[in-house]
Amino acid sequence: MIELRTTEFDPLDELAIYQKRLAAGKYGACCNFIGSMRDFNEGDEVSKMTLEHYPGMTEKFLQTICDEANEKWPLLDCLIIHRTGDINPNDSIVLTAAWSAHRDASFAACRYLIEELKHRAPFWKKENTGQGERWVSENTKAED
Amino acid sequence: MNITVKFFASLREQTGKSDASISYAEPISVLDAWKQASGMQSMPENTLCAINMEYVNHSTLLSDGDEVAFFPPVTGG
Repeated sequence: MIELRTTEFDPLDELAIYQKRLAAGKYGACCNFIGSMRDFNEGDEVSKMTLEHYPGMTEKFLQTICDEANEKWPLLDCLIIHRTGDINPNDSIVLTAAWSAHRDASFAACRYLIEELKHRAPFWKKENTGQGERWVSENTKAED
Repeated sequence: MNITVKFFASLREQTGKSDASISYAEPISVLDAWKQASGMQSMPENTLCAINMEYVNHSTLLSDGDEVAFFPPVTGG
């Protein structure tokens, strides 16, 4: 399932709620990634952020990424929740999770979901710093 | 033939518009659509393009009724 949220969400609550919808006894592994907003970036304090997206295309790509993960690994389910709009430091921005019978597929699929999201899903961050507003020019590479 | 053009994030601010409609008689490319809709502004080198919500390159030709979008590198997650 993929979902965009315009308000704050608790990723651990979301995981617990979603997992209860899955077939009990069928999954043996759940890996998840939670991305949160920092109050600093590139040496500056960041007091607020706005996340813009392309309505329609963003949802389409999140679903495509889930579908691809399901094709690559034997998963029971995938979940992506992503914030849009105004975001404050410490808010959760994104949750990705993958459930499978064994851990290898779950680890690999969860990593795939967040990396592909960061490279392909149309979202754009604008930060508010003490010097004014600025667009984030690009995401950091995975090894950074 | 008519197409809809959308600009997002920094490109919306650069062009001063979020949407535009353009008409043309001959087949045009994504880059041609940028020139017409932006008022001949230069396109930033790292600009990404989509037609009907699928990524394409700058030389892809447009069809009647297409929605073409221009945006900077994505920064979600």
